[in-house]
Amino acid sequence: MSSIISRRRHPAAGYAAVASGLVVAGVLYGTFSGGGASAASSTQDSTQVAQGHSLFLQSCASCHGVNAQGTSQAPSLIGAGAAAVDFQMSTGRMPAKDLTAQNERKPQVEFTQAQIYDIAAYIASLGGGPSIPSASDVSTANANTALGSELFSTNCAQCHGFAGAGGALTYGKSAPSLNASTPTQIYEAMLTGPEAMPVFGDGTITPDEKRDIIAYITATRAETNPGGLSLGRTGTVTEGLLGWLGGLGFLVLIALWLTAKRKDHVKAESEHHS
Amino acid sequence: MSDDAVKIPPALDGVGGWLDDRFHGAKGVRVLMKKVFPDHWSFMLGEIALWSFVILLLTGTYLALFFQPSSAPVMYHGSYTKLDGIAMSQAYQSTLNISFDIRGGLLIRQIHHWAALMFMVAIMAHMLRVFFTGAYRKPREINWLIGIGLFTLGMIEGLFGYSLPDDQLSGAGLRILFGVFEGIPIVGTYLMFFLFGGQFPGSDIIPRMYILHVFLIPGIILALVTAHLFIMFHQKHTQMPMKGNTEKNVVGQPFFPYFLLKGQAWFFFIFGTLVVLATFAQINPIWLYGPYTPLAISSASQPDFYMGLLEGALRMMPAWEINFLGHTLSLSVLIPGLLIIGIFFTVAALWPFFEQWATGDKSFHHVNDRPRNAPVRTAFGVAGISWYLILLLEGANDVLADHFDIPLYTVTWIARIAFFVVPIGGYFVTKRICLGLQRKDANLLTHGVEIGIIRQLPNGEFIEEERPLTEEERAVIESKHVFEPLPTAETVDSNGVPAPSARGPMGFARKVANRAFTETIAIPEGHGNGHGEPGEVEEGEHAAIGGGHDEH
Amino acid sequence: MSETPEEPLGPRRVIGTPSPAPKAVDTHAEPDQSAFSAEPEDTKHAKNAERVVAAFFVLAFLAGCGFIAAYIGLEIGQSTTPKGANAVVAAMRSNYALGTCLAIALLALGAGSLIWVRHLTPNIEIAEERHDLRSAKEDRASFKRDFAEGAAISQVTRRPLVRRTMLLATAPLALAPLVLLRDLGPLPQTSLRHTVWRKGLHAVTLGGNRRLRPSDISTPGSMITVIPEGYADDDDALAKAGVILIKFAPGELHIPTNHNGGTVVSSMNWTVDNIVAYSKICTHVGCPVALYEQTTHHILCPCHQSTFDAANGANVIFGPAARALPQLPLMLTSEGYIAAASDFVEPVGPSFWERG
Repeated sequence: MSSIISRRRHPAAGYAAVASGLVVAGVLYGTFSGGGASAASSTQDSTQVAQGHSLFLQSCASCHGVNAQGTSQAPSLIGAGAAAVDFQMSTGRMPAKDLTAQNERKPQVEFTQAQIYDIAAYIASLGGGPSIPSASDVSTANANTALGSELFSTNCAQCHGFAGAGGALTYGKSAPSLNASTPTQIYEAMLTGPEAMPVFGDGTITPDEKRDIIAYITATRAETNPGGLSLGRTGTVTEGLLGWLGGLGFLVLIALWLTAKRKDHVKAESEHHS
Repeated sequence: MSDDAVKIPPALDGVGGWLDDRFHGAKGVRVLMKKVFPDHWSFMLGEIALWSFVILLLTGTYLALFFQPSSAPVMYHGSYTKLDGIAMSQAYQSTLNISFDIRGGLLIRQIHHWAALMFMVAIMAHMLRVFFTGAYRKPREINWLIGIGLFTLGMIEGLFGYSLPDDQLSGAGLRILFGVFEGIPIVGTYLMFFLFGGQFPGSDIIPRMYILHVFLIPGIILALVTAHLFIMFHQKHTQMPMKGNTEKNVVGQPFFPYFLLKGQAWFFFIFGTLVVLATFAQINPIWLYGPYTPLAISSASQPDFYMGLLEGALRMMPAWEINFLGHTLSLSVLIPGLLIIGIFFTVAALWPFFEQWATGDKSFHHVNDRPRNAPVRTAFGVAGISWYLILLLEGANDVLADHFDIPLYTVTWIARIAFFVVPIGGYFVTKRICLGLQRKDANLLTHGVEIGIIRQLPNGEFIEEERPLTEEERAVIESKHVFEPLPTAETVDSNGVPAPSARGPMGFARKVANRAFTETIAIPEGHGNGHGEPGEVEEGEHAAIGGGHDEH
Repeated sequence: MSETPEEPLGPRRVIGTPSPAPKAVDTHAEPDQSAFSAEPEDTKHAKNAERVVAAFFVLAFLAGCGFIAAYIGLEIGQSTTPKGANAVVAAMRSNYALGTCLAIALLALGAGSLIWVRHLTPNIEIAEERHDLRSAKEDRASFKRDFAEGAAISQVTRRPLVRRTMLLATAPLALAPLVLLRDLGPLPQTSLRHTVWRKGLHAVTLGGNRRLRPSDISTPGSMITVIPEGYADDDDALAKAGVILIKFAPGELHIPTNHNGGTVVSSMNWTVDNIVAYSKICTHVGCPVALYEQTTHHILCPCHQSTFDAANGANVIFGPAARALPQLPLMLTSEGYIAAASDFVEPVGPSFWERG
């Protein structure tokens, strides 16, 4: 101890103090927070629900409660349905690592899709809820992109932007960009209304209409920009910036060139009376 | 006579003679040919606006050959198959047609829109240049007013232009227009019903905007631009304060051939820049916005930037509505929608006259001011710019919130406070900076320019060597115009009567303004190589390190 | 001037003009001659510059030809087979090709012209005298005299009857253009106070035109935009009648019974199965207000961020809107569909003077 104290004025002392503080905090956090699950299931049950149950206990119960009944940190999942689980976990939002304003899409590396289905099956067994859409449910063959554009404009664009680039919500939340979402995830999000997003059940937006919307989204994000660079598909803000900085900036440089003092400056004095 | 002059070819000579027989033009046109224009890069900003306008006329005419200004609904079956089968207006359909079915149509459409943006950018940049150099002073006040008029008309013209395709974004803008103006007391609803031919959206607004956009407003703009140029030609351009430039001359190069060639080069560069933008930067992708329907809206809905200050004002304003006697006065809408823009243009328009009133300066000014030599004007301009920018940024508040991860309401609160604090603070800081630069100039006159060589004196003191200013540098610094303070209420004539202009509350206001305007750092008399003390508001300072005078 | 007539005179190459004769035409005709030569001083430099300028102009020529070739060669739109995504790609290719060629042509012309004026012309600076803009005293005096004389001749000052009746005559004609504008549109009268909603009119989804039962919108947190049945093609009606339905969990919805001058303007009685209907037209300046956050129950308008609390009668909690969103009274028809129980009880949308 005295060797530490005697070095307290060492140039590196401050850095050492911060670094050790970070290490201690990290160890404490890792110990007490719900940690990452191991990929291998530790149970010997063969049913999907049982496997899902044990995965749930490992990774989700610390916030959602041992019986998925919810705690102060996380809502109840009874009745949430398999689709919600698949959406939240396949987009990497769950398990949530910290409780900021909202959970962002993250690369999902902790669970295999099979494990996600297991957990989804377990949650579905607790209280029903929307089920995971099948491949034909989200197939956009024969979908009507024109109708999809109408539905998207009316129900989705106000949060997600006219081209799905995302948008701001209140209190630090935001509606995410749709560029990385799979058709299944889009379907599930409409069906289950994750976090602040409203629920668009099959009674309000039918499965056919959902497919039209998905077709519109996938067509739009894949669509090339015929007019040049898209400038983020955010609209006029970036256009105005480019006009000032790019347009005026370049022209001012040309003007400086055009009017620069010539090297062969010869001043011929001549008075013209006109 | 220069023996290098070209022999005029007989054909040209003949035509010239034929015209001169009919118009007596030789003398007048000769005067125009030989007119001298000064050469400074900042004098070219207005021409960006001019050539952008010409390009707008050219590309606009082309677009008008294909555009259908009608709200009549049609079912779309064109090349952009993502929208195949939905109802849209003919205006929107013809715009899709131009973009996807007419070769060069998308390019011309984008050149047109970028030219509109650059027109407004150039007007603002040019206006700021004129403002900060004081080029609006007598005899150019009318040209300044014409310029403000062009600014206003440009905004309206652009608003109508981007609303013509009847897409989701611009339709929302029209909805806001309707909503803002219907709130005007007494006449608001009538005004909007007349403009739109009934309730919103109606089917009259597109064709009405069209005729205003392609005929009436461009006609007025063209007339004003012509007047603007003619006045500038007649009064001759201002020039920068330099050696040899006086109030009685114009130093530069003759219009023919120099400014003709420069104008040609400038036109091509401007046009080329617009085409580069139109080729590589997509603008107004209406096919992504979709046709206008009254119940759809997108996040990040902003108008083109030159309407941004209105948008920001509307977002910034807290809720305020007054209900009385069966009437509603919606101040949440009227203050930002009308008052803000009204103040902006009124102050801008009246500024030359206010400055003349405050300084009592009735002389002609053909030589520009350096911004530092007019601290109140420069500081006011900086305050104005910061105020405008805050409004503009607040107009993009949801984009800023999303991209910089700032909570949405926080952005608005920052803007609400900055709206008052930043311009006022900016004024004071800028004024002090200007006076500091003036002090530096005065020091340069007395002590010369430091040349970076440090010398040690025998007594151990270190000084930096200086060189006296060159003639050119001296002329620039000495160009500063000195204002005489106006007579105040305290000064009385021989009969004890105070000056009439100084009496009453207006006289007091004038005195305050005048005192602000005439605060300056005096140019030292007897400036030479270093022994004069600059006449200052505060005690003198020394430029050299160590405080010693220049030794040689 | 010390140039002899035998020296080569004038620019070396001027297209279209004959070779310069020893005696050039004097276009100045002034006694005091300008002391500059039309040639820049360094002729080798000028020759280089000339080549550079020519190269730029040739580049511009080639780019211009490229533009025409690209126009002819690149098909777009209906001419591409198959249509669809290819139409967008074809438009992109055509835009890039045409735009690049045109940009190069213009910028090369600009660069060539710039180098021309900066390197091929002599560098002169001229000072021209500014004449007083103010006219001479005599000119002003004679102007005033002639003007006064003309005014006197016209008798307009002497004969007030003529003058005043002329003004009288022109007054209605000056007003006539304003009068002619009257028929631009109908008078508002009471049209802003009502929408097309009435008792029993079904709410249908926008796009699908489907009637809704409460079971269709049964999950708490659900939201959907609905319109009055039969008005899907009437934009004027939709611009006021658009409505959002929001489903709440039991106990979440607390709509106060608000009164406004004796009229109930919001009420729990107007909900059906915890489904509430609010006008989709923002009370600020009329944008569709549709950003619903089911966790906070906030309805956010994306235009100017007016925020309404859907659980509490859509009262304003932030932003410039000064009034809550009007609530549409709902009822269930005998077949169990959601329909309006009546029109809105207050005008929807932005405030106006006569609103009350």
